[in-house]
Amino acid sequence: MIRTDVLVVGGGIMGAATAFFLRRRGISVALVERALIGQQASGVNFGNVRRQGRFLGQLPLAHRSRALWGRLPELVGEDCEFTVTGHVRIARDAAGVQRLTDYAEAARPLGLELELLTPNMLRSRFPFFGPEVTIGSYSPHDGQANPRLVAPAFGRAAARAGAQVFEGTEIVSLTHGSTGFEAETADGQRLSAPVAVVTAGGWADRLSAALGEPVPLELHAPQMAVTEPLPHRITPVIGISTEIQEEGLYIRQVERGNVVFGGGRRGAIVDGRAKAVPSNLLLQLRELQRFLPGTRHARIIRTWAGVESYLPDHLPVIGPSARVPGLHYAFGFCGHGFQLGPGVGDVLAEIIDTGRTDVPLEPFSIARFAAPMP
Amino acid sequence: MAFTRLAETGRPPVAFTVDGIAAEGCEGDTVMVALLTARGHLRREEFGGTPRAGFCMMGACQDCWVRLADGSRIRACTTPLSPGMDIRIDTPEDTWPTLA
Amino acid sequence: MADPRVIVLGAGPAGVRAAQTLVAAGLRPVVIDEAPRAGGQIYRRPPPGFTRSAAALYGTEAGRATAVHEAFDALKAQVDYHPETLAWAIWDGVVHAAKGATALEFPYDALLLATGATDRLMPVPGWDQAGAWSLGAAQIALKAQGCGIGRRVVFAGSGPLLYLVAAQYVKAGAEVAAVLDTAPKSAQIRALPGLMARPAVLAKGLVLRAKLLRAGVPVHQGVTLTRITGSGEADGISWRDARGAEHHIAAEAVALGWHLRPETQLADLAGCALRLDPETRLWLPEIDPDGRSSVPRVYLAGDGARLLGADGAEAAGRLAALAALQDMGRPVSAAEQARLRREIARMDRFRRGLVTAFPWPAAQAAALPDETMICRCEAITAGEIRAAVTGKGAKEINRAKALSRLGMGRCQGRFCGVAGAELIAAAAGCGLDEVGRIRGQAPVKPLPVAATPEGAA
Repeated sequence: MIRTDVLVVGGGIMGAATAFFLRRRGISVALVERALIGQQASGVNFGNVRRQGRFLGQLPLAHRSRALWGRLPELVGEDCEFTVTGHVRIARDAAGVQRLTDYAEAARPLGLELELLTPNMLRSRFPFFGPEVTIGSYSPHDGQANPRLVAPAFGRAAARAGAQVFEGTEIVSLTHGSTGFEAETADGQRLSAPVAVVTAGGWADRLSAALGEPVPLELHAPQMAVTEPLPHRITPVIGISTEIQEEGLYIRQVERGNVVFGGGRRGAIVDGRAKAVPSNLLLQLRELQRFLPGTRHARIIRTWAGVESYLPDHLPVIGPSARVPGLHYAFGFCGHGFQLGPGVGDVLAEIIDTGRTDVPLEPFSIARFAAPMP
Repeated sequence: MAFTRLAETGRPPVAFTVDGIAAEGCEGDTVMVALLTARGHLRREEFGGTPRAGFCMMGACQDCWVRLADGSRIRACTTPLSPGMDIRIDTPEDTWPTLA
Repeated sequence: MADPRVIVLGAGPAGVRAAQTLVAAGLRPVVIDEAPRAGGQIYRRPPPGFTRSAAALYGTEAGRATAVHEAFDALKAQVDYHPETLAWAIWDGVVHAAKGATALEFPYDALLLATGATDRLMPVPGWDQAGAWSLGAAQIALKAQGCGIGRRVVFAGSGPLLYLVAAQYVKAGAEVAAVLDTAPKSAQIRALPGLMARPAVLAKGLVLRAKLLRAGVPVHQGVTLTRITGSGEADGISWRDARGAEHHIAAEAVALGWHLRPETQLADLAGCALRLDPETRLWLPEIDPDGRSSVPRVYLAGDGARLLGADGAEAAGRLAALAALQDMGRPVSAAEQARLRREIARMDRFRRGLVTAFPWPAAQAAALPDETMICRCEAITAGEIRAAVTGKGAKEINRAKALSRLGMGRCQGRFCGVAGAELIAAAAGCGLDEVGRIRGQAPVKPLPVAATPEGAA
């Protein structure tokens, strides 16, 4: 039996960061991952470190996380290619102009300063946009990072700090009793801890349901692609604000020169694995050329998709269980979790250590899915 | 350091340019052969700038993509040379990503 | 009922014979090929206007090459032929292709993959310089373009192609500075029983060597290649002989290769199971003796499945097409099937002899200096890969790829994946089976952003 203060189930960026920040507070922790740390959504997402466009109630958490992104070398020993490149959200119609204007106004009192760019300003600052683009909203302190590196870096840093990290280890049961939580793994190991954190992404609903808190979690597979390297000239991350799914691309050019993009129609999930769908790529390419005409001479060298978990209100579950003492959750990030990862880990560690946090988590409580009392 | 023609030498010439300088290949040449019979490399690797000439010559290694003046790119080993091709090797790329 | 839609991917020896077999059974297959003319790499045809005879181009194989070309030329009206067309993905019973910037979709009832092979490469320090080529490249330059890769060339590596290409260069009038074979002579003697399965082919190999000796070409066996020298462009190669003495040979170009590795990306995307072949240390698609893959309605033939050479590919193409016909309920000749199976079994004995005669120098990967470029596309060194293994615990190759960018570039790991796996296995102290293989990802070759679905404005 492996006994620790905290058992973290699921080694994506949420679980790895939680384990890391728990260790910084001197709390013993076991981190159990059925595959490899950061191999699922955490490792194959787009790499957006943006606050702009988030649900307003999430901005305090996003700010806390953003501060941690800037400290990665000090915290985990490497920068994971995090760069503050800015994030520009663009739109092409009147509804989009209204949406971006309203958001900028509402975000300002919450500490997110956005610069609205008229078509002329937009074109002089970012001359690569297509003629349809009529507004930009620029967030100077947002940025991007390499998703393949971040969760593994947190996992290794947690291990260096004394966390027990189990990769390739599947939890087959997680129960709660008078002595706390007990977990059994597929290979017959047993773990126990007074506190448990479920950070199992698309697999979290099975665990929450087993502990009496079912949630309507759905799995989807955002699809992405990358071009060959081109001279590095597109600095900010680009997001297209639209009501039309096919148009909704997000685009960035990494410093090495590849243009990475995702969005539009989602990929497929076959036997639990996400697959990029070729016809979706062709639709993405059509939109990419509309919004960034200069890409038309480039070539695509790779596509991929990742399994991500979604909840019907497009908000994640973060924070303590509504039923089981000592149980905490962080999952269902609806494709917007990467930026929040370090912040979620830090805040959960704070709650577990001190019993409280200043970051408002009420909108993300799992209680919102509790069945109404009969 | 360059390719050497050992056979099929009687073909008519085809004029093209490299970085604005007149060059000549033969009818039926691939872009790769037209370039490498006169120089040792056809592009610079993106990350360190070292010279590259291609490697597999069968469209598999993707090491021989060269740029044309309009920003388009061609795979030199599988693309036939055509008259007037305006190939850029050491001219910096000035169009991407703003070309309309 | 409409005729089944059968797609043949690749128009080399296997694809041509498969298409011919399907046509003979009354079908009209779709044939998709990247090249402008059928023949594959081995029987590649020069562009129009070139004048050398088939004998000059293909030597002792001229008869076979011409037969494959003529067979396909005769078929053209009976197949739906798409030359210069890249099959870039397979998904849900559809082949996604692109001809230039036109995206095409081909749904299929049966799919026959005849995707061929490329050179298998062991990196040598300095191989990322201009002027270092694959052996296949050296041969194609001569065959398809009438060019040598340099005036004075060194051929290095191991395998039958090493001696063949060197002899072709001698014949064409180039100066072959040396042939450097990493296989020891003892391996070739040990392989003789297997090679006797095809005495005529063995004899051709011996004739090639005799020609090289007569031409005064230095041939060294059991060598270790230590560095392709040069400052950006290759100017020679340093090597160590079997006794440990160091040498350097100046040359304008160096061609490298260790036999072949199959092109399996499309089979992978089609969902075909692959397994590690312990003899060759390559991941090969699982097929039954007739070429049925693990996926119903998907068949594999030629060097993309088993490295039997061009004539073996012809037999395998016929046999796989017969399997597809049989599975569609069409009558096939059992005697013909039995004959083809026997032919392939004999070629497979010879193939195993070749594996023994020209062993892949797996241990060389572990000895590569840290600064050696492994992934040519992304410029990733041996040291960076080792750091991902030992510093970041990446034992599985896709994990190492995620952390180091090995195999993440334009070629999708075709030229670094095999050696990269050896390097990881050595650094992690585990077997190649644990390291795995780089998963195929669409597009299997670069796809234009401008690719537009057929019919769209």
